[in-house]
Amino acid sequence: MKDNIVIVGGGIAGMEAARQLLMLGYKPILVEKTDHLGGHVADWHCLFPDMTLAREVIENLAGQIKEANIFLETEVSFINKMKMGYNVMFSNGVNVICKAILLATGFDLFDASKKEEYGYGIYDQVMTNRDLEQWFNTGDDKRITGKDIKKVGFVHCVGSRDVKAGNQQCSKVCCITAIKQAMEMKERFPDAEIYCFYMDLRLFGKKYEDFYIKAQMESGIHFIRGRVSEVSENLQGQVIVKTEDTLSGKPAKITLDLLVLMAGIVCNREAVQTASLVQVTTDSDGFLKSKDNILNIIETDSKGVFLAGTATGAKTVPETAAEARAVALAIHNYLVSQQ
Amino acid sequence: MIYQGKQKIWSDYQKEIPDDHWFYVRSCIRQSFFPASEKYFLKICRDLLGKDIYETEHHTTCGGIAYHSDTIPQETAMTIVARQFALMKEAGYKNLVTSCITSFGNYTEIIETWREFPELEAKIRENLWKACRREFDIPKYVAHASDLVYKFRDDIAGMAKFHLVDGVTGEPLRVVEHIGCHYSKMFPHKGIGGAEYPCVLSGMVESWGGHVIDYPERRHCCGFGFRQYLVRANRGYSVSNTHKKFESMEPYHPDMIITNCPGCPYFLDRWQYVISEMEGKTYGQNGYGIPALTYEEVAGLVLGFDPWDLGLQIHQVAVEPLLEKIGIPYNSKTKYLGLNGKEIMKPGLPTVLKCC
Amino acid sequence: MMEFGFSISPSSTMNLDKVDFSLYERLCEVEPDAKKCMACGSCSATCTAGPWTGMSVRKVILDIQRGKEMEAARLLKSCMLCGKCSMVCPRGINTRHLILSLCRIYKEEEK
Repeated sequence: MKDNIVIVGGGIAGMEAARQLLMLGYKPILVEKTDHLGGHVADWHCLFPDMTLAREVIENLAGQIKEANIFLETEVSFINKMKMGYNVMFSNGVNVICKAILLATGFDLFDASKKEEYGYGIYDQVMTNRDLEQWFNTGDDKRITGKDIKKVGFVHCVGSRDVKAGNQQCSKVCCITAIKQAMEMKERFPDAEIYCFYMDLRLFGKKYEDFYIKAQMESGIHFIRGRVSEVSENLQGQVIVKTEDTLSGKPAKITLDLLVLMAGIVCNREAVQTASLVQVTTDSDGFLKSKDNILNIIETDSKGVFLAGTATGAKTVPETAAEARAVALAIHNYLVSQQ
Repeated sequence: MIYQGKQKIWSDYQKEIPDDHWFYVRSCIRQSFFPASEKYFLKICRDLLGKDIYETEHHTTCGGIAYHSDTIPQETAMTIVARQFALMKEAGYKNLVTSCITSFGNYTEIIETWREFPELEAKIRENLWKACRREFDIPKYVAHASDLVYKFRDDIAGMAKFHLVDGVTGEPLRVVEHIGCHYSKMFPHKGIGGAEYPCVLSGMVESWGGHVIDYPERRHCCGFGFRQYLVRANRGYSVSNTHKKFESMEPYHPDMIITNCPGCPYFLDRWQYVISEMEGKTYGQNGYGIPALTYEEVAGLVLGFDPWDLGLQIHQVAVEPLLEKIGIPYNSKTKYLGLNGKEIMKPGLPTVLKCC
Repeated sequence: MMEFGFSISPSSTMNLDKVDFSLYERLCEVEPDAKKCMACGSCSATCTAGPWTGMSVRKVILDIQRGKEMEAARLLKSCMLCGKCSMVCPRGINTRHLILSLCRIYKEEEK
């Protein structure tokens, strides 16, 4: 066994990095605070752009990292800097001396109830993108199951691009997720009218524009350019949404049977705590601070501490996986240089 | 509607309200609109709850109404407010309670502004000294009078003679609560329950037996809108806003509206008459309107005070059907008698809106 | 009724619950590309008639999507069918053809 590497976080970034490090001949130690691997992707059903099953992606990765030391339901309690590396203490009592630490700590999904005006947790027919994915997975949600769903709305930018919500950044994946989910809902409820309320459509990735055109042409999704300002509930328990149709330049309102809030990607607060143990701070956007944001996004100013995935900002699954591969190589190069 | 979700938000927006010793400042307009409300606030606080509420005849407008109507600059309003604070200091009080929502907003906004811009506070101190040789302290607590009634709502419920309940069916009355815009929209944390789901009035309604209606346009302005009413050319916007609210609450068949702002009960009351004349439409049962009451009037009714002593005959919308529903006795003959027992004149009757 | 000197103003709010999609649906049957518009506005920017008359293919499509047939028809009257909008559309919508199809639908409605 070569040098110890501790990976904090068992999401896509942590798993893919572990896979690559195993292939490079290391035996990384992966700690995950929940009882399962896969991070947020484990809560999802299908992934854009090819509707790959999230479960398959996670099973595939998990199958290839069995050789790693994986501690579930375990957190980092403390990290001591030593001369040649770090002494990491875990909540399960295990103590590890390692030369490299990878913070693959991911993100928090924005708590949609903070946008009080949207009434998540108050109005019966309001849910989040994650709730909807769970319904796709389980078919069980009293907001949808057995209901006559004729009109559905998707609110983009919930907790993103919103100074008052504490997150100024674009969460990058919500536009395409909203379109994906809108099309999936149209498939399940072919008679329903589906609306997306957006400020800009930020569709930057591979085949995303094709997705958008498909949503327009085949699914007939109505795109209304305007940020939802307030939501209320009517006597029938439906939601009434107010927005401006900015293309028409007029305020608009609509009654919906279901409203889906596209909760954004915000910095993982617990991760900030963990990162501070190794003197990694946050950048001006609130996410963990890289050495620089052009060529060294996976490195930090702390020797032997690396970053991958959404710990440094919103990313898609393939972007996260690519970063994880890059970080595995960077860790390898670092360890070689230390010999 | 998920009630627990609201409770969670309410727990996030609770503010500290001292138990006693308040310096009370009145509203400019309430004494003519709802002449008994302030009197009964003082009566309830002093005589029934045994609180020390001090007021001085030397206090003036806070300048809020003029500031919001664009007739004085904020600095003038600030100097007026500084003088009120000086009166409070001279009387030896630290807790300020305001009758008016716009005053509450005005005091809060000014204190917050001074906190951000201390140089402005220094300038106002100088203005006040030059103008009247007074000095002031910033109040330790600023509350709206409805905050106090909210705080003591269960004490009031304990002394209640009547509840907001249909005396025949035993069903809770359906109550629309309407919060003045300047209560918490500017500073959500200064209002009990925040700005989206304030509970200052809904808490009273629930404590006194009623059921709160949450209807789609609950956040909407009552229609006053200061210049939207005060400038005659804009007055159509004022009544349009009120119309929008009533159209939205209509399907819920409210029994009454409870308000905590000087303007709101006035416009929610009087515009019902105007809408009935313009559109031929009324919103209460059997051609009546929906009574729009102040929270002091509602507290007074619950405590068993005579409806005419509470000034309910001054409302445009007849309150008799509501009184009958609750089972509150009243004497039609004394409705328009003044304190000295003499007729205070009867109003003319509208053509559409049914009045008693 | 009493005269107050003011009245209840009509609301400018669009009630999307009451939008009549029938014209839009008819248009999409013959011109499926109408659904493709992403409101970029290049058609309006290049329109020969636009600066003088307000004509804009983007607005025509939007009006029809919002059920505003009369407004769309009013704009269409100013089109000179020069075809510049077809040249610039990044989504490749045959806007000239779309306009002609719309005119045909309006004509059929008149009958």
